[in-house]
Amino acid sequence: MFYMAHIQLLNEELPGIVGLLNTRPETAEPLLELAETLLRGPSSLTRGEREIIAASVSYWNKCHFCHTSHASAAAAHLKCGLELIDDIKAGLPNTPVSEKLRALLKIAHQVQRGGKQVTCLEIDTARKTGATDIEIHDTVLIAAAFCMYNRYVDGLGTWAPGPNEAYVEMGERMANIGYGKF
Amino acid sequence: MFRPETAAPLNHLVQTLLHNNHPTLSQGERELIATYVSSLNSCKYCCSIHGAVAKHQLDNNGLLIERVLANPDTAPITEKMKTLLKIAAKVQREGKEVLNSDIVHARKNGATDIEIHDTVLIAAAFCMFNRYVDGLDTWQPDDDELYEKMGEQRAREGYLTPPFKVQNVKTK
Repeated sequence: MFYMAHIQLLNEELPGIVGLLNTRPETAEPLLELAETLLRGPSSLTRGEREIIAASVSYWNKCHFCHTSHASAAAAHLKCGLELIDDIKAGLPNTPVSEKLRALLKIAHQVQRGGKQVTCLEIDTARKTGATDIEIHDTVLIAAAFCMYNRYVDGLGTWAPGPNEAYVEMGERMANIGYGKF
Repeated sequence: MFRPETAAPLNHLVQTLLHNNHPTLSQGERELIATYVSSLNSCKYCCSIHGAVAKHQLDNNGLLIERVLANPDTAPITEKMKTLLKIAAKVQREGKEVLNSDIVHARKNGATDIEIHDTVLIAAAFCMFNRYVDGLDTWQPDDDELYEKMGEQRAREGYLTPPFKVQNVKTK
C-alpha cells in the first residue's frame, strides 16, 4: 500500500510525526525540545508515568501513531510487555499504577475534552492522593501538548504502522535515547 | 515564573510559529490563525492577546480581527486565508476532520505545502496553549487596554523578552 500525507514529505516512508519533523526542521526543533522536557526532563513523576499520560491522551484523541508509540515507550520504561498498549486503552485495569497517577489521568482526560472541563473536584482528588502543584501543572501541560501533537499528526494525514509489534523499537528508542534526535 | 523548564520550549515554539521569518505567511496572518483558533476554543486570554498582536501587525485594523472572528467567509481577507482558516477550524475540532478536499481547495487558492503545514501546526499548538491556560484556571484580565499594551509589545518584540509587570487584581 502506498499512502500519501496531505502535504509532500521529504521522505514519504517516515511514519506519523517523524515524517513531518523531517520535512520542517525549523518547527521540529521546539517541538522536540518540548517533548524531551515534558517526558524526560527533571520531574517527580517517573518517565513511565509521563509516557502513560501522553499515550492515554493520544488514545482519547484517537491518534493511533502517538498512542501506540508512547505506550510502547512507557512499556520500555516500566520494563513490562506490550500488553500495556491495550491496557492503556482499557484504563489500566491490569497495570499496577498508583492512585496518584489514576487521579492525574482524570485531570488529563478533562484537559483532552477542553481546558475549562478541569474542575476543583479533579484537582482536590489529585491533591488528596499526594499530587503536588508541579505534578498537576505538568499533567495539564502534557495532556495539552498531546492535544497538539495528535492534531498535528492526524491533521496532515500522516500514515502509521498498524500492529503494536511494529512500535517496539520506536518505543525503546524514545525511552532510552529520547527526543533530542529522531 | 512557576516552571521555567517548560516555559523555555513553549516560548521557543510560539516564537518560531508566529514571529520568526516565514517564506510566505506574514506575522499578522499567522497571528490571525492563532486568534481564530483561540476564539473557537473560547480561551479569552489567548484570543485577546493574539488578537491585539494581530491588530498591530495588520495596519492597526481592529475591525478586521472582529470580522474574521465573527465569520471568516465574509471577512475582507484573501481566499487563500479563508481556506487556511477552514483547515484551522477543522484541526481545532479534531485532526482527522481535515480531508483531502480541504487541502485541494486550499492549493487551488494558492496555498503552498509549507503554508498548509504551518496552519495545521499553529491551530494544533493553540489547542495546546488554550488548554494549558484554561486547564490551570489562570488569571485572565478583563481589561482591553492591558491586552492592547501586551499585544503591542509582543507584535514588536516577539515572545522571548520578559513581560512587563501587571498587578493581579483578581478577587476570588
